[in-house]
Amino acid sequence: MNKLWEWLDDRTGYKHLVNEALYEHIPGGSRWRYVWGSTLVFAFVVQMITGTFLWMAYSANSKGAWESVYYIQYEMQGGWILRGLHHFMAQAMIVLLALHFLQVVIDGAYKAPREFNFWTGLILMKIVLGLSLTGYLLPWDQKGYWATKVATTLMGLVPVVGGDLQKVVVGGADYGHATLTRFFALHAGVLPGLLLVFLGIHMYFFRRAGIHAVGADKRTAAYFWPDQVLKDAVACLAVLAVVMLFVVKGFMFPPQEHVAGVPIEAHFGAELGAPADPANSYSAARPEWYFLFLFQFLKLPIFAGHNEIYGAIVIPGLVMGLLFLMPFIGRWKLGHGFNVALILALLLGAGSLTFMALREDWSDDGYKAAVADAHVQSLRAVQLAQQGIPDGGAISLMRNDPKTQGPILFTRHCGSCHAHQPVEGLLAADPLLAATKPPEQSSAPNLYKFGTTEWIAAFLDPHAQKLATATVDGEAEVAPINSLTFFGGTAHIEGEMASYVTDTIGDEAEWTPDQIEAVVMALANESGVESQEKLDADQVAAGRTLLQDDNRCAMCHKFHAENDAAYAPDLTGYASREWLIEFISNPAAEKFYGDNNDRMPSFYLDPHQPLANRIQKKELELIVDWLGGDWYEPEAIIESEKSLESVQVLPDE
Amino acid sequence: MTHETDPSPPDERRSFLTKAAAIIIGGFVGFVPFAAGLATFLDPVFRKSNASKALKIASLDSLPADGVPRQFPVVSDQTDAWNQNSNQPIGAVYLRRLPDSEMIEAFNAACPHAGCAVDFKPNAGEAGLFQCPCHKSDFKPDGARLDPETCPSPRDLDPLPVDAEKLKQGEVWIEFMNFQTGPERKPIT
Ligand code: FES
Repeated sequence: MNKLWEWLDDRTGYKHLVNEALYEHIPGGSRWRYVWGSTLVFAFVVQMITGTFLWMAYSANSKGAWESVYYIQYEMQGGWILRGLHHFMAQAMIVLLALHFLQVVIDGAYKAPREFNFWTGLILMKIVLGLSLTGYLLPWDQKGYWATKVATTLMGLVPVVGGDLQKVVVGGADYGHATLTRFFALHAGVLPGLLLVFLGIHMYFFRRAGIHAVGADKRTAAYFWPDQVLKDAVACLAVLAVVMLFVVKGFMFPPQEHVAGVPIEAHFGAELGAPADPANSYSAARPEWYFLFLFQFLKLPIFAGHNEIYGAIVIPGLVMGLLFLMPFIGRWKLGHGFNVALILALLLGAGSLTFMALREDWSDDGYKAAVADAHVQSLRAVQLAQQGIPDGGAISLMRNDPKTQGPILFTRHCGSCHAHQPVEGLLAADPLLAATKPPEQSSAPNLYKFGTTEWIAAFLDPHAQKLATATVDGEAEVAPINSLTFFGGTAHIEGEMASYVTDTIGDEAEWTPDQIEAVVMALANESGVESQEKLDADQVAAGRTLLQDDNRCAMCHKFHAENDAAYAPDLTGYASREWLIEFISNPAAEKFYGDNNDRMPSFYLDPHQPLANRIQKKELELIVDWLGGDWYEPEAIIESEKSLESVQVLPDE
Repeated sequence: MTHETDPSPPDERRSFLTKAAAIIIGGFVGFVPFAAGLATFLDPVFRKSNASKALKIASLDSLPADGVPRQFPVVSDQTDAWNQNSNQPIGAVYLRRLPDSEMIEAFNAACPHAGCAVDFKPNAGEAGLFQCPCHKSDFKPDGARLDPETCPSPRDLDPLPVDAEKLKQGEVWIEFMNFQTGPERKPIT
C-alpha cells in the first residue's frame, strides 16, 4: 500500500500539495473568526453539487422550464430537498459574503500586500450576484419572470448601447426560449466557470500573503490542520443546518388548510410560483430580498423620470468604484476609518432601504392581496399540472382554466357594470366561487350564482326588504329586483318585468308561493348550473307549464314552444352555457332584449371577423364557464384520502 | 505580518480526536447535498415505461391470411416526464396472420440486438425475411433467426402476447412491451 502512495507521490507530487493545503501557518492559532471564507467556499461547493444534479433534470425552454422544475419539485424523489438546498444556500451565500466582506474591511485585511486578494474578492461578489440574478429566472414562474424583466429593462438605461445590451442579454426583443437558454448558459456555465477561475486566483493571493491574523502575537501559532479545519467544518455544518431548517420549514409549520389535489411538497423547499404569463401581469413582483434595497433606492422620488439612470447605474457604479479603491484609500492616515465608516454606512443604508421596502409592502393591502392571489394561482397550477401537462406547457392549462381566467376576464370586460359577489340576505357566499372587485357603482345585475335557484328566487322575490345594496339614492325598502343587485341601476327598473314582479307576482291571488317556486325550479333546470339534487321533477314540470302559460310568463317570454307574442328575452335554455354565450354576444338581438336593451354592449357580433369583436370567442367561453362554475376541481374523495395521508406525514399542529 | 516561528507539535491524543471530528463533520456536510442530488438522479429507476399495456392494433378483417408480416404503429397515451399526450406513436409491431386461420403472431419491430427497426423484405429468402439494417440480422417470417450461429442478434424477434378473447371478437389486441438487449428476453417495465 505504502508503495502505491509512494508511486503516486512520485508521479503527481500530491503529498506536497496536501501538505501545502493542510499545513498552512496560522499565526496565533486557529480561530472562529477565520471561518467565513471557508463557509463561502463550502456554500459554493454545495451549489456546484446541487446545481449539477438539478441541471440533469432541468429543461431550459419556455414550455419546459416551469414544467421540469414542477417535475423536480413534485415528482422526483428528493427533488424538493435538492431544489430547496440550492435555493436557500444561494441566499446563505449572500449573507456569508456580506459577513466575509465586512470582516475583511473591519480587520483591514484589504491593505497592502493584499490588494489583489481584495479585488478578486470584489469580482467574486459580482459573480455571485450575477448567479442569483440569472438563477431567479430559471424556474420561469411569475415571480422570477417579472422580477428579472424589471432587472433587464433597467439595463436599457445604459446610455447609447442600452437597448442593444438589453437585447443581447434577453436574447431578442422579447422574453422566451432564447432568454432562458442564455440565462441558463450564464448560470450553469459561464458564471460558475468564472467564479472557479477567480476563486483560484483569490486563494492563490490569499495563500501568498498568508492569513491576515489579528492579535497573533499574543498566542501560539498553529497549522491549518486539524484545529482550523475542524472549526471550519463545524461552521459549515452550522450553515448547512440553518439552510436545512429553511428547506424543511414546511414540516414544522404545516399549512393551515389543505388544498385538494395539491401534494404536500408544495410547502417544502423552495416555492414554485404559477407559470410565467406575459399576458397576466404580476403585481406581487419583487426582486429577491437581497436586491430589495436597490429596488427601494430606485423608488426614491429623486430618481423619478430622467434621473432613474443615476439610481440604477451611476450611483451603484460609483459605489462599486469606491469599493475598488479601498486599498488605496486605506493608505492614508484616516483612510481605514473612512473605509470602515463607508462600509457601515452602506450596510446601514441598504438595511434601512430594505426595511422601508418591507414596511411599505406590508402596509399595502393591494400588495398583500397580490401575494395571496399569486399563492392561490401557484397552487392552482399544481392542481392542474397533476392531471398531466400538454405539450403547450402548463401555461396553456392556466390559460384554458375558467377558474383562473374567469375573474381576470370578468373584471376586465364585465366588471365595470356587473358585480360578482355575495349579497347579504340574497346571495349567500360560496367558498368555491370567487368574488371579484365590485364596480364603483354597480349598474347591472350581480351575476354571483347566476342561473341557480338562489339567484332566480331572489330575482323573482316580490317582497320589499331592507337590503345591503339598496338603491342609488341610498337606504330604502325595496324588492330585490329594484335593488342594485338586479335592475336597480338599469333602465329595466322602469320596465315591465320589475312591475310584474312587485305587482303581479307579489299578489298572492295571482301567484302562490308554490307557483313561484315551480317557475324558479324550471328556470334553474334550464341553466345546467344548478345541481340536479336541488330540483324536484314535479315542480320543474309544473313550472314549465307556468312558463308557457299565455297569461303569465308567455305573455312576453318565449319558452321552448313557439310564441309570436314574445318580445322579452327568450327563456329557452335560460342561463345555460349556449344561452349566455349567445346573449353576451349580442344582447340587443331580437331573441333577447331587442330595442329594449339597456346599455349592455354586444361583445361578439361577427364570428367571421374575430378581431373586430370586443372579446375573443375563447375569452367569452371562459367567462361563461366561470360564471357557471364549470371548471376542473379535484374530487372531494381524493381530498379526504390525501388529508388522511397528510395526517400521517405531518405532526399535529 | 506572519510569524515565522514553527507551530509547536500538537498534543497527539487531542489532535487525533480533532482530526477525526474534522473528517467526520467535513464528510457529512459534503455528503448531504450529494445524497439529495443522487436520490433525484436515480429517480428514473423507479419510473414505469410507457409500454407494457394492452392495446388495440388492428381489426382481424384487415389482415389477409397469407402468413406475410405487416407493420402497424402502436398508438397510445404517452407520458414524457412532465408531458402527457394521448394518441402518440410509441412503437411499431409486425402482425402476421397464419394461412387459413385466425391465429395471429405479433412481434415487436425493434431488433433484439440493439433496437434498430427491422424491415420485412417479402422477396428475400424463401418466404421473405425480416432484415435489420444496422448489423444485418436476418429473421424468418416466424421471427426465428435465419442463422443463429452468425446472427448478431442474441435471440429471435420478440413475440408479443395476443389477446385470444378479443381475437374471437375480430379485434387484434396485444400487450405491447419493449425488451432489454441480451440473450434473455426481459421486458423493460
Ligand atoms: S440492431 Fe439489428 S442487427 Fe444490430
